[in-house]
Amino acid sequence: MAQRERDEVTGTETTGHEWDGIKELDTPLPRWWLWTFYATIIWGIGYTIAYPAWPLLNTNTKGVLETTNRLELHQELKVVQQARAEKLAQLEKLSLQEIRSNDELFQFANRMGAAAFKVNCVQCHQAGGQGAPGYPNLADDDWLWGGKLEDIHYSITHGIRYQPDTNPETRQSEMPAFGRDQILDGEQVAAVTEYVLKLSGQEHDAKKAEAGQKVYMEDAGCNACHGDNGEGNQELGGPRLNDQIWLFGGTREEIRAQIHSPKHGIMPAWKGKLDEATIKALTIYVHSLGGGVGS
Amino acid sequence: MSLTVRLVQMGLLGAGALLALFMAANAVDEVFAFHMWVFFAAAVLGLFYMARNTDFSGAQPAPKDDEYMDGVVKAGVIATVFWGVIGFTMGVYAASELAWPFLNMDYELLNFGRLRPVHTSAVIFAFGGNALIATSFYVVQRTNRTRLAFGNLAWFVFWGYQLFIVLAATGYVLGATQSREYAEPEWYVDLWLTIVWVAYFLVFFGTLIKRKVSHIYVANWFYLSFIVTIAMLHIGNNLALPVSLFGMKSYSLLSGAPDAITQWWYGHNAVGFFLTAGFLGMMYYFIPKQAQRPVYSYRLSIIHFWALIFIYIWAGPHHLHYTALPDWVQTLGMVMSVILWMPSWGGMINGLMTLSGAWDKLRTDPILRMMVIAVAFYGMSTFEGPMMAIKSVNALSHYTDWTVGHVHSGALGWVGMITMGSMYFLMPRLWNRERLYSHTLVSWHFWLATLGIVLYAASMWVSGIMQGLMWREYDDQGFLVYSFVETVEAMHPYYVIRALGGMLYLTGGLIMAYNFYMTAKGRVRASEAALAAAKA
Repeated sequence: MAQRERDEVTGTETTGHEWDGIKELDTPLPRWWLWTFYATIIWGIGYTIAYPAWPLLNTNTKGVLETTNRLELHQELKVVQQARAEKLAQLEKLSLQEIRSNDELFQFANRMGAAAFKVNCVQCHQAGGQGAPGYPNLADDDWLWGGKLEDIHYSITHGIRYQPDTNPETRQSEMPAFGRDQILDGEQVAAVTEYVLKLSGQEHDAKKAEAGQKVYMEDAGCNACHGDNGEGNQELGGPRLNDQIWLFGGTREEIRAQIHSPKHGIMPAWKGKLDEATIKALTIYVHSLGGGVGS
Repeated sequence: MSLTVRLVQMGLLGAGALLALFMAANAVDEVFAFHMWVFFAAAVLGLFYMARNTDFSGAQPAPKDDEYMDGVVKAGVIATVFWGVIGFTMGVYAASELAWPFLNMDYELLNFGRLRPVHTSAVIFAFGGNALIATSFYVVQRTNRTRLAFGNLAWFVFWGYQLFIVLAATGYVLGATQSREYAEPEWYVDLWLTIVWVAYFLVFFGTLIKRKVSHIYVANWFYLSFIVTIAMLHIGNNLALPVSLFGMKSYSLLSGAPDAITQWWYGHNAVGFFLTAGFLGMMYYFIPKQAQRPVYSYRLSIIHFWALIFIYIWAGPHHLHYTALPDWVQTLGMVMSVILWMPSWGGMINGLMTLSGAWDKLRTDPILRMMVIAVAFYGMSTFEGPMMAIKSVNALSHYTDWTVGHVHSGALGWVGMITMGSMYFLMPRLWNRERLYSHTLVSWHFWLATLGIVLYAASMWVSGIMQGLMWREYDDQGFLVYSFVETVEAMHPYYVIRALGGMLYLTGGLIMAYNFYMTAKGRVRASEAALAAAKA
């Protein structure tokens, strides 16, 4: 072995090795390092005694605490479920009106509905319930199928145009494709478009709108669902036309397209996917977003 | 080298070309066909190069054993800088896609899911891997005073590894992936890497065997543990059955929890042996050389080396806390991760304390500054890692950006900085220049990179912890407060800051590339040359 020498700066001896000019000091292990290392090992042994750790032939050591991830999860869930059990039972049992008028229960249902809404509804109706083109705004007072607690509850439970073959209770309405199916000719479609523009208070061709009114009231019978003055009909799901709120857009071209070959949205029926308490909570939450109508 | 050996090598290349041609002709999908053509082109190019550089009239002149083989190290340095810039660029682009999603241009080749593995593989395997191969070849020759073993096999390792990188990256973009994190390449690319890696092992180990010194220097222990363990991990993690011998797709031999733990046994030890042990090898050579000081403690190097490699291999399960993985595996993964804290810090102590008596050099030497900040980041992330492995901390941090920030303080701070410091050390020596083109530019690189890491790590801490807290936020009635999309929305500003941090780091990389180019040309920045002259 090569010559050990003393390093001037540190006063420590080298090991005597040298590689490409690199030498090594013979410094002992730092005490704090060594003791911390020991401490982590001792803690580790303790932890493996407390928790499931060492593999054996057919099983593993279970740990003196006799706990597992799954057990802890079940215990935590149990605590939450117990705390909620009473209120959940009340949600199931009481009517929507009763829930709405009980302040404590209303608060509970509202929070529960908000949480369920964030998971199940925001994808279409957006985080604030403000909707998007093709997806109704739930925060205003313009309702397609009614804004009373019972109406909202029915829509959520049975859905809109959702698998009508197996789900006869679903809400259904289907506007005919007046243009595509040649119920009206191009001129009539253009005329009734102008009339709808007029109903909604927008700029329009007065002369065409006059012709359009006849189509609306007689030839096509739009008033059957949309009302004589475009006020809509929530019984039939006929949207209101005499305001500025639109599902598929309110420009001349968008209205014309909707008369020519209408689009229809679909909402799932949540019955069977969510329990009754959750559907009621969602109803309370949606009703409270700002557009809820009293009974 | 005898002509016979040369002819055998050319024969192997020719056979490889024919095999690739055969596979390409029978390929059942386009990606596989394309990759076989790449193999074919590589083999033909190799054959062409060898044919032009062989003296068929007699024996090749044999290099002397005391003459170091530095050509392959030079190539490795160039590849490191090249792939570094590519990898950082891909990272900045992928980070920008998260901040501004329109950047994917609705074009599947630019999709985040495909670019992300291009980034991770480019920085870990292309940048980091080339740096490890180049520096290990440099260090093993000098610390053992002998030339690399097995003739030109080191060149096969170099070019074979570049081929692996090209196959991996093009595969990801074209949609070939086996969906194992940090091991995405499909089965045939894995087989190719296995061949290259065995050659790498032979060169490194062969050089150790014929060493002309009695003891093996600590840097070589780390390099060797990295090479051996990566071989084992690579093979274990990639056991898969191809659907067709002529197609890209394969399926893992394992499924469910055993498959998941195999993936993370590999994944975490890729961090442990590729990104930690390998780069510790680098640190143990280049810091004492640059600081011109003896290594702080020989004993510490022995103890922390054995403790590190023994304990690291257990730590993988902490990636699967609170999953279907059995509790006992989770417990052992967590316990071993915490015990790993001090063995990791042994490297930090030896790195930092080697500077005793040379701390003043930090004021004047930006290369040493780079190496020291690397060790500081190493210490920080090897404290953060064990902490995040503790189950109750992990319950908050897992699946959040905190993990991303942790990885990057290790990757940008430790791996990146120690590599770039070592590259700055190697550059003038390999090209026989008196000094680098500019030390001021190294200083600029240092500060840009450091600021970039700070922005990156700090923004990911904030966004990660915020994300974790939002996910678990309950109101007083016990209901979740936030939807997932609200947590995504809240992270946008931090994504912007992260992308900015990445841009600073990339800018530093570009400055390094320029500095290298000018150094290789033999230039010295005018103002610095004048300054040096004035001082003298």
